Amino acid sequence: MARVDLVYFAWVRERIGKAEETLELPDSVVTAGDLLGYLKTLGEEYVAALEHENVIRVAINQEHVDHHEPIAGAREIALFPPMTGG
Amino acid sequence: MSRAPVTVRVQRDDFDLAAEVRALSAGRHDIGAVVTFCGLCRDEAGTLSALELEHYPGMAEAEIARICGQAIDRFGLQAATAIHRYGKILPGENIVLVVTASPHRQAAFDGANFIMDFLKTSAPFWKKEHATDGSTGGWVSAKDADDSARDRWSKSE
Repeated sequence: MARVDLVYFAWVRERIGKAEETLELPDSVVTAGDLLGYLKTLGEEYVAALEHENVIRVAINQEHVDHHEPIAGAREIALFPPMTGG
Repeated sequence: MSRAPVTVRVQRDDFDLAAEVRALSAGRHDIGAVVTFCGLCRDEAGTLSALELEHYPGMAEAEIARICGQAIDRFGLQAATAIHRYGKILPGENIVLVVTASPHRQAAFDGANFIMDFLKTSAPFWKKEHATDGSTGGWVSAKDADDSARDRWSKSE
């Protein structure tokens, strides 16, 4: 089990219903993509937020990563929609 | 790593374009061109009452600084400033400022363009629309055109 801080932004935050949480992740969660799949087993709100997995952006320790990136050593993992600043 | 100065701020308050240009060029006699880009909040033909900008504190600053560093290295900029606001922003108000400096104009133009294209697609900011009819219009969708604008920089020149 690995303990990690998760932070959510924009409509991912709204659909999950919280801005952050700390979770114990099972060892089967190896990559960022695995994490998305695991979260969807936790409840309807996660399914609603992460339904279209391919559009969800992931940042580990505040740096963008692809879904196949391993999450080992992550302190903070952020999930958010495509960015619309500027 | 480049030694050209980079100034990045993410703030709720407005900024002063002229003051930022002065700060960037103060005491220097080697700069030949300064380009500024300022992004403003549109009213979308009277239907939008405000934008609400959410950001990822820490990563937003880091990502913009990284993009500015890349622009400095790629275009030989002498300085770069990028300021992005968050919170509620009304039509007509400023959202984002980019200032670039170089010996000749083309690098400053290209550098500012590059910074904006990458800022829009990789700096963690999200816009939510508030409509003049009192409803919350929802989150602005990312545009394919913004991805295309970014991707043109990776093509051979």
